[in-house]
Amino acid sequence: MTGLNLLRALFVTMKNFVRAPFTVQYPDRRVGLVGAAKAEGKSPLGLIRNNPKRAIKAMAMLATVPEKVPQNKRFRGNEFTWLETRCTGCASCAKYCPLGIIEIVTHPGGIDVQEGESYGIDVFDIDIGRCMFCGLCVEACPYDALHMGATFERSTYTRAGLVIPVDELRAAPKTPSSWFRPQFEERGFNPFEEQVENHHEAGRHEQPTPEELRQRWVNQR
Amino acid sequence: MTLKTEPITINIGPQHPSTHGVFRMRVTFDGETVVDLEPIFGYLHRGSEKLAEERTYTQVVTLTDRMDYVASMTNNQGYILAVEKLTGIEPSPRGVWLRMIAAELQRIASHLVAVGFLIQDLGAWGTPLIYAMREREKILDLFEMLCGARITNSYLRPGGVFMDAPDEFWPALDILLADLPQRIDELDQLLTNNEIIVARTINVAVVEPEAMVNASITGPMLRAGGVDWDLRHRDPYDYYDQVEFERPLHTASDNNARYWVRLQEMRESIKIVKQCIERIEPGPVRPPEVPFLVRPPAGDGYAAVEAPKGELGFYLVSDGGIAPYRCHVRAPSLINLTLLREMLVGGMVADMFVSFGSIDINMGEVDR
Ligand code: SF4
Ligand code: SF4
Repeated sequence: MTGLNLLRALFVTMKNFVRAPFTVQYPDRRVGLVGAAKAEGKSPLGLIRNNPKRAIKAMAMLATVPEKVPQNKRFRGNEFTWLETRCTGCASCAKYCPLGIIEIVTHPGGIDVQEGESYGIDVFDIDIGRCMFCGLCVEACPYDALHMGATFERSTYTRAGLVIPVDELRAAPKTPSSWFRPQFEERGFNPFEEQVENHHEAGRHEQPTPEELRQRWVNQR
Repeated sequence: MTLKTEPITINIGPQHPSTHGVFRMRVTFDGETVVDLEPIFGYLHRGSEKLAEERTYTQVVTLTDRMDYVASMTNNQGYILAVEKLTGIEPSPRGVWLRMIAAELQRIASHLVAVGFLIQDLGAWGTPLIYAMREREKILDLFEMLCGARITNSYLRPGGVFMDAPDEFWPALDILLADLPQRIDELDQLLTNNEIIVARTINVAVVEPEAMVNASITGPMLRAGGVDWDLRHRDPYDYYDQVEFERPLHTASDNNARYWVRLQEMRESIKIVKQCIERIEPGPVRPPEVPFLVRPPAGDGYAAVEAPKGELGFYLVSDGGIAPYRCHVRAPSLINLTLLREMLVGGMVADMFVSFGSIDINMGEVDR
């Protein structure tokens, strides 16, 4: 027993000590004067002049700026993206959820010449308090109407707040993750920067021409 | 003058930070020596096997994630192999290579946790564990690229994997594979010959190889006793018969041997991943004819994989329906715990958790 190996181990820790940090401070990062000024797009002097309070805070290393953690595009986040115009109300997603936490209530809808028959959606509630983000509902959706969302910062004070109601799903930004949606990956869709504008973009098939649609839905009747 | 002493019985756990989960031991001490021990488990029982009877075959994949949550890829693999055996689905080659890559990365991640926490139990608070966790984090980042989740992956499907790896995965994997051997060497330098660790772990909690074979203990624990039993080699599943790797063996069967075997296995796993990358070819990741709702014929099937903790087996019985009639899991963590009493009795209190940690159990798998 010489203690030589203890020294060698100490050398390893020293090597790691000078290495660039791997951890990210989340959700806020402490910054100094330069960092705080940079976050506001000013020069340090400009910050002192415009906002002396924050400048003093920053000089004492007490100022923080929000820090984003990058996700991958397939990230299965807890905000679902739902495109009502694509949804037929078939409830495959609800049936395929291992936990049965999607509640769908529909009423018979009309026949849309463009899209064919579908149900109108009254209720489409996802209780993400019990969701395990397995993504099987997304896998089950035959019409590419339901997608995993790419964001994850949803915390509330009540369990009821964890139920995503249909109105929120309708209004939510359409930032689908590419989990089980290779079509997004193929065209390089980045949910962290852009949104799905047109519901046809979300489908895995080419958008049919009006002529094809007429063939499919009108002439067959 | 002699001091009058008497043995004292203490409950350790289920909520004790050193028990690696909700595990309870009723231990009798005589001074500093353990004289009796009774493991009590069941605190994390979630009835996964029963739940599986009411879920379709694909839905059960999500339950297997939650058994050994430190190594969910290999859990997926064991279950999917059983389903494939039951249904006769022939998996796509690319899917198989992908799941082998995922499983070997998962083995590295799981062994990193095992090594890190073993040293943590010794009292080396923080440093080695943080280094190990940092490397594991990089592997989990790759899993997030593959399947959008880091812990509960649900990546595998009957016939292969659910989706091909994204383009950014391969360069990231190359970077990781170039970096990881150095990091493992660093851990090696930091720990293997460290005088304190050597003094604390050598000849502690020795288990006889015969006793381990009789108790059907598997995994690194068995290989640390010199028994050459690795299912990847003995009963190759997937394409393990087409890759070359060594099986690190140690003969001491003590805490240090178990640590050493895990460290070497990480290096072998890196070799396997490199071979998989060479062999993988473009193609579908699962056969297109495999339906979403798998409906196997009546019968039964057992498949076992070499999970990081040992032999993980899934036994499925089908009555021809869409859900398994019975699903039994041979959980290595549970079976490796059966020699706990023999390992710890006669040892010191301070070594108790080190030896317990060296088995590398996961309570999610013990109780299911
Ligand atoms: S992600 Fe899984 S648990 Fe959550 S709603 Fe979809 S199917 Fe159900
Ligand atoms: S989201 Fe998809 S699966 Fe669910 S009801 Fe709408 S179309 Fe059907």
